[in-house]
Amino acid sequence: MQSTQSLYCFSLRPLRLRELCVRYSVITGALVLMFFSFTAAAGVPVPDIPDAIKGEQCVEETGFMRRNHMKLLSHQRDDTVHLGIRTQKHSLKNCFTCHVVTGANNQPVTVKDPRHFCRECHDYAAVQIDCFQCHTSVPGGRKTTGARP
Amino acid sequence: MSNEQDNTQNKQRIDRYRRKLLGGSAALAGAAALGSGVFFTSIARAKPDAEPASSEVRWGFLIDTNKCVDNCDKCVTACNDEFNLTGFGRPETDAQWIRTVTLRDKKTGHTTRLPLMCQHCAYPPCVDVCPTGASFKRPDGIVLVDKHICIGCRYCMMACPYKARSFVHETIENQKEYGPRGKGTVESCTLCVHRVDKDRIPACAEACPEKAILFGNMNDAGSEIAQRMASEASTEIRGDLRLNLGVRYQGI
Repeated sequence: MQSTQSLYCFSLRPLRLRELCVRYSVITGALVLMFFSFTAAAGVPVPDIPDAIKGEQCVEETGFMRRNHMKLLSHQRDDTVHLGIRTQKHSLKNCFTCHVVTGANNQPVTVKDPRHFCRECHDYAAVQIDCFQCHTSVPGGRKTTGARP
Repeated sequence: MSNEQDNTQNKQRIDRYRRKLLGGSAALAGAAALGSGVFFTSIARAKPDAEPASSEVRWGFLIDTNKCVDNCDKCVTACNDEFNLTGFGRPETDAQWIRTVTLRDKKTGHTTRLPLMCQHCAYPPCVDVCPTGASFKRPDGIVLVDKHICIGCRYCMMACPYKARSFVHETIENQKEYGPRGKGTVESCTLCVHRVDKDRIPACAEACPEKAILFGNMNDAGSEIAQRMASEASTEIRGDLRLNLGVRYQGI
């Protein structure tokens, strides 16, 4: 049977010098790492998130959107493709239509531009977006006409 | 006997659908106090954005090849424009969602031209063979590829008797916002699902100067397409496969 003592992280007996050295070197290492990671973070510009042009409030609360936008997008995507539910609220199109960034000639910038709304945070967090391999990343597109007879 | 049963079942289904539509639109018309007949029908047909596609509906085409004019490819151009289907100078692999086919009777020399696109089968072979479930049929009969789960294996292209599907070999840019397309996935005619959901007709049907392509709800006995299908002869291409197609042709 296992002894109770070995279950504790820190042993209850007095430490030998060698053990002490090992333990303190680990703690010092961790502190140094933290220091460097903080200074590195200070060097990377914090994302400058483009404001929505339509209003001040996103379709959901900002904190919720930061954590869950991908879930909303996936859900909406399946509903739209498979069932034809075409509500705009949680659509990908709505993201870059509201938070449109205009570049030269007052034209909206595509996802190739680092100022694009989605890229601002995704570059910072180093999370790759696959959406725009197929989807357009700018609002607009030709308006179609023709009513059903 | 079984045909009679089928017919009564169909009638009952259509009646149910009509009652539902009439009930809904009557309430709307009552609330808005509008009596216009035209407006009435347009309300009855429009699908609200939040409502899923209904299995009571079966969208389809009735194509009259007698009206199809030689050297006209306006339906093809309209489709290419609608989805920005640009070629890469490689006709073997460039996307073709709709193409014109010329048939020649060897005995008589008589030629027939027809536009050929995804036939939106009720029993689609492409859906049967898809290993990931990316190829699927919507409740309203539109056969689509969910490119989010398509792995580009191209089994569906092999299975399709109409060669209706294309594979994207190149990196695509300038997609339309309603028509995402991407390298490594299979694509085909979507029956302009983005338009249909917004109560508009597909681009090819809209572009046809001869009105050879008629779009409508085949299940709605009151629609033009159903009435013409009932009163005029029409046929399926490779009807022997018994796939119950959503596209029917006249004059072939």
